[in-house]
Amino acid sequence: MATYAAPGQADSVVSFKPRYDHYIGGEYVAPAKGQYFENPTPITGQTFTEVARGTADDVEKALDAAEGAAPAWGRTAVTERANILNQMADRIEANLEKIAVAESWENGKAVRETLAADIPLAIDHLRYFSGAIRAQEGHLSQIDEDTVAYHFHEPLGVVGQIIPWNFPILMAIWKLAPALAAGNAVVLKPAEQTPASIHVLLDVVGDLLPPGVLNVVNGFGVEAGKPLASSSRIRKIAFTGETTTGRLISQYASENLIPVTLELGGKSPNIFFDDVAAQQDAFYDKALEGFAMFALNQGEVCTCPSRALVQGGIYDEFVAQGVKRAEQVRMGNPLDTETMMGAQASNDQLEKILSYIDIGRQEGARVLTGGERADLGGELSGGYYVQPTVFEGQNSMRIFQEEIFGPVLSVARFSDYADAMAQANDTLYGLGAGVWSRDTNTAYRAGRDIQAGRVWVNNYHAYPAHAAFGGYKQSGIGRENHKMMLDHYQQTKNILQSYSNDALGFF
Amino acid sequence: MTEISTSTDVTEQVPEVPGSGTGRVALSPQAAELLVSLTAVHGPLMFHQSGGCCDGSAPMCYPDGDFKIGGSDVHLGDLVVEGLERPIGFYMSASQYEYWKHTHLTVDVVKGRGSGFSVEAPEGVRFIIRSRLFTDDELRELGDR
Repeated sequence: MATYAAPGQADSVVSFKPRYDHYIGGEYVAPAKGQYFENPTPITGQTFTEVARGTADDVEKALDAAEGAAPAWGRTAVTERANILNQMADRIEANLEKIAVAESWENGKAVRETLAADIPLAIDHLRYFSGAIRAQEGHLSQIDEDTVAYHFHEPLGVVGQIIPWNFPILMAIWKLAPALAAGNAVVLKPAEQTPASIHVLLDVVGDLLPPGVLNVVNGFGVEAGKPLASSSRIRKIAFTGETTTGRLISQYASENLIPVTLELGGKSPNIFFDDVAAQQDAFYDKALEGFAMFALNQGEVCTCPSRALVQGGIYDEFVAQGVKRAEQVRMGNPLDTETMMGAQASNDQLEKILSYIDIGRQEGARVLTGGERADLGGELSGGYYVQPTVFEGQNSMRIFQEEIFGPVLSVARFSDYADAMAQANDTLYGLGAGVWSRDTNTAYRAGRDIQAGRVWVNNYHAYPAHAAFGGYKQSGIGRENHKMMLDHYQQTKNILQSYSNDALGFF
Repeated sequence: MTEISTSTDVTEQVPEVPGSGTGRVALSPQAAELLVSLTAVHGPLMFHQSGGCCDGSAPMCYPDGDFKIGGSDVHLGDLVVEGLERPIGFYMSASQYEYWKHTHLTVDVVKGRGSGFSVEAPEGVRFIIRSRLFTDDELRELGDR
């Protein structure tokens, strides 16, 4: 098919600026301390731009801008806000390739995925919340003949959002679309691994929003994230990441008595019942693809189906065929549209994944395929690539219990339905799960018995905007996607009105 | 400072500073050196082992007391670093510890760019956990068996 020219080459569809400042009040503002940090591409390991290293002073400036913009934005007619979200979606759609290549270059993921999933989903998300906010209505209750309780939705005001690096654009839009639709002003901190692609997005859509409604402060967690998350000037904080930072952000939020939504990952089981192999048909092929879905986005997905549980009756043959499917995952230059799996997002991610492959071997898990760093040669030798890896072992092993966040699948056998549910739920987390069965009763029961916020039945890794997404157990608090997300960015105002002229007669 | 690797051969055991930890957790020489320079910037430090998405499974290093340890945490030990007055506490949530307690942990450091609020990230390095299984003898000594 095609290989996109690397950014920096004359014929590339995207060109990064040599330096990015903070985006505050609708313009670019240099960091107060004048410091910048290098941003390397995981595709080659080479630096391609530098980014403002934000500190508390920059966060305060962004909060000033957001506080200035929030009242007017919150009063803007929903039609107008909805129209702006639609215009943002249209602009992104018209610049899809540019943004997709930018995200691939910065994150290392295959451009095939950013073109077909990340950016189209972001576009759809904006359109969904544009529609949802216009369709949203308040409520009224008649308390008695002369008394009415009105319930209005009001924006929270200024909110803070901390974005992860695995889907730099889509995760930003997941948080931005409902927040902006609901009339909030935002101070957003991108991940320090992927701070630049959101600025390519801002180049495309920034002028559509009134200055100060969306502010982006770049920098490190300890220097920029902490002053944002702990600020008494935000009315809510949203975070996607891991459990310790999730707890820390909750602690800050408790000091300011503000709500927090947390998406903290999982160790999602993907369960294949015997009847999947009742026929060797299209559905069976789909199930095998479902087995290999752990390789999507190099495994850097909170819902990565990283534990495959396969029933004893089909175990040997199904796993053998699934492994073969995983071996067909094509690695290569992420900017080549034929490449299925790209680079891990950073060197420390690569090291962590290799450490897990090591402990998996020590614990006695058997490597069925992969298990090594991949050297793709040439310029790509400096990048961070790992072979798609399948382990066979037991659910008690650490590789079955911890989110490796790499293309590493751990496979175990189960005997019957009860065993499947016991193993599936033997985890600290509860974000995603997959159930594969031709028997609708089995599929339905399993879907209800698995303690996870999202159970895919006979499919996996679909993320439509109007399906709620979020975690049970230690996977977090709150939901993303779906119109219910608006509640996380709105206050309820109750006006309790009496239409009677008569005193109560108490005093 | 000791050279920090960009890629470690994980099949080799990462060396530990003798006496830097307990039976459960200890420090690699590079991690110990980094903790000295980080303490100079941030004051006394602590570790809390993370789990979950993105940078989950990384040990998070904070100014001591910044992260509030609660009844749901286990204290795996205090890390002793030459040149630092106070040892550095290492903690993990009790529920996570249940799945980790059969492994010895070495806090090491690699080049990279950690997310989260861990204090080493701006230095262009990241703390990372290397693990090995306890031997039966070690488990007996630790009282786990």
